[in-house]
Amino acid sequence: MKYLCLIYENENAWNELSKEQSDGVMAEYNTFTEEIGKSGHLLGGEALQPTASATTVRMRNGKVSTTDGPFAETKEQLGGYYLVEAKDLNDAIQVAARIPAARNGAIEVRPVIDFSQQ
Amino acid sequence: MTEDAAARSGSIEDSGGEVRHVGNSANPARETEEVAGRIRETVDSVYRSESRRVLATLIRLLGDFDLAEEAMQDAIATALEKWPVEGVPANPRSWLISTGRFKAIDRLRRRSRHDVALASLADRFDESTTSADLVDEDGVGDDRLRLIFTCCHPALNPDAQIALTLREVCGLTTEQVARAFLTPAPTLAQRIVRAKAKIRDARIPYQIPSRKDLPGRVDSVLHVVYLVFNEGYSASSGDSLTRPDLSTEAIRLGRLIVELLAEPEATGLLALMLLHDSRRAARTSSTGELILLERQDRSLWNRELIDEGAQLVEHALSSRRFGPYTLQAAIAAVHAEARDAGSTDWAQIVGLYDVLMRLEPSAVIELNRAAAIAMRDGPERGLVLIDALLEAGELKDYHLAHAAKADLCRRLGRKADAAASYRRALALSSQEPERRFLENCLRELPGAGQKDLRS
Repeated sequence: MKYLCLIYENENAWNELSKEQSDGVMAEYNTFTEEIGKSGHLLGGEALQPTASATTVRMRNGKVSTTDGPFAETKEQLGGYYLVEAKDLNDAIQVAARIPAARNGAIEVRPVIDFSQQ
Repeated sequence: MTEDAAARSGSIEDSGGEVRHVGNSANPARETEEVAGRIRETVDSVYRSESRRVLATLIRLLGDFDLAEEAMQDAIATALEKWPVEGVPANPRSWLISTGRFKAIDRLRRRSRHDVALASLADRFDESTTSADLVDEDGVGDDRLRLIFTCCHPALNPDAQIALTLREVCGLTTEQVARAFLTPAPTLAQRIVRAKAKIRDARIPYQIPSRKDLPGRVDSVLHVVYLVFNEGYSASSGDSLTRPDLSTEAIRLGRLIVELLAEPEATGLLALMLLHDSRRAARTSSTGELILLERQDRSLWNRELIDEGAQLVEHALSSRRFGPYTLQAAIAAVHAEARDAGSTDWAQIVGLYDVLMRLEPSAVIELNRAAAIAMRDGPERGLVLIDALLEAGELKDYHLAHAAKADLCRRLGRKADAAASYRRALALSSQEPERRFLENCLRELPGAGQKDLRS
């Protein structure tokens, strides 16, 4: 079963890290990604540019409206995701707990709907 | 959910008429009636003793709570039809499990006329289980543990964990759970439906956690049992101080977990519940008033429960892997040993609170420790600690902290301070017997007249 692990973190905290520290975190992510690739969990994943670069798009009365910024202002922001294949929720939780951001931020684990089973 | 409950009791009551053709004596009608009554009793008693085990196994076999519940009802109805004719099977439990499984496959096939996915699911069940799976005794024990761990999964909302456990593991109806927690039944039913949907959609597995995860998961199971017991022992609101039915369920659940799982803290929690429950008769007066530990008539304490609890505490302590529940049980055991409050070994109690504070620091434990120190070293020493705790803020809205302060002030003869603290406690308490108790304390303060009460 597929689960989407959404990574929420205070994106400003990232800017306060020294080069050494941010290199360290990146190395951790690389190791983690490699590991879940080997274990067969990894289906995909990306890191996102900060919310300052976000544009929110709506279609209203046939007209496109765009606003600057994320869909909602929150203390912690969506900064990236992993799409994983896991046996069950316990397996997915084990994977999510190893994402480096779990230590400072939070990982939201969402099961993906499998339409072929509906 | 509501219908399930009705169906559950109804299926036993209503199907009695099926047994008409049995018996061929001179008075067939009467004999038939007797047989029907006996069979119904047998089914009833099998239902009471086996239904939770049957359900736990059916959930594993079918992978779906609702389907398993329907299957079990079907199996019970079938038993009422067939047992009068064919006799009660040698192993009623495995008979019910395999009948339930066939009924579920049947239901899926009927529903699947227009649905290929359901049909293949039915085929899978049909092939996947052999009858050896169904009668495996160890497997059945494991199924009950699986059910407990699934209902108490930390990914479920805590309220839902409690509701699911009481319903699925203990077999309480939704209405009974709702009444016990003073929650409207539809709210509770909704909570259960949501939890079951999450178990299905997020695929919360039906399994006993691995060694590595076990400690954390056991904690959340024990916490659910503890909350159920506490709500029964000291109801958080309402007219009555205790709800014995909930305490009884919690103890039953505690015994089941101790039986299934060799964990010292499970033993410690069972001991804690038994030792607290042993004081039940002494905790309230005949008019329902709360009586504090130090004033309780200790001859009313249940010795049998105390002996069992004390034995369990020793057993848990000797494991050297005990935790907060065992320590609290040990404290309760020290109280249970003493003939009265004065002859209690307060030094030992303070010592146990010290260990507890190291293991699981909390303001409430600190408050209890302060009260024990007041007993060991005198009210002044306790009061300094309680004042500091109230100052720190975490307990400033906790009525028992103010009640404890009031009691120490009273013992020190500081009437005005005592009255002020009793009033503060009164303002924060929402449980009727507790409020009456505090009003009484206020009234009994030397020199406190009606004027004080009203202000």
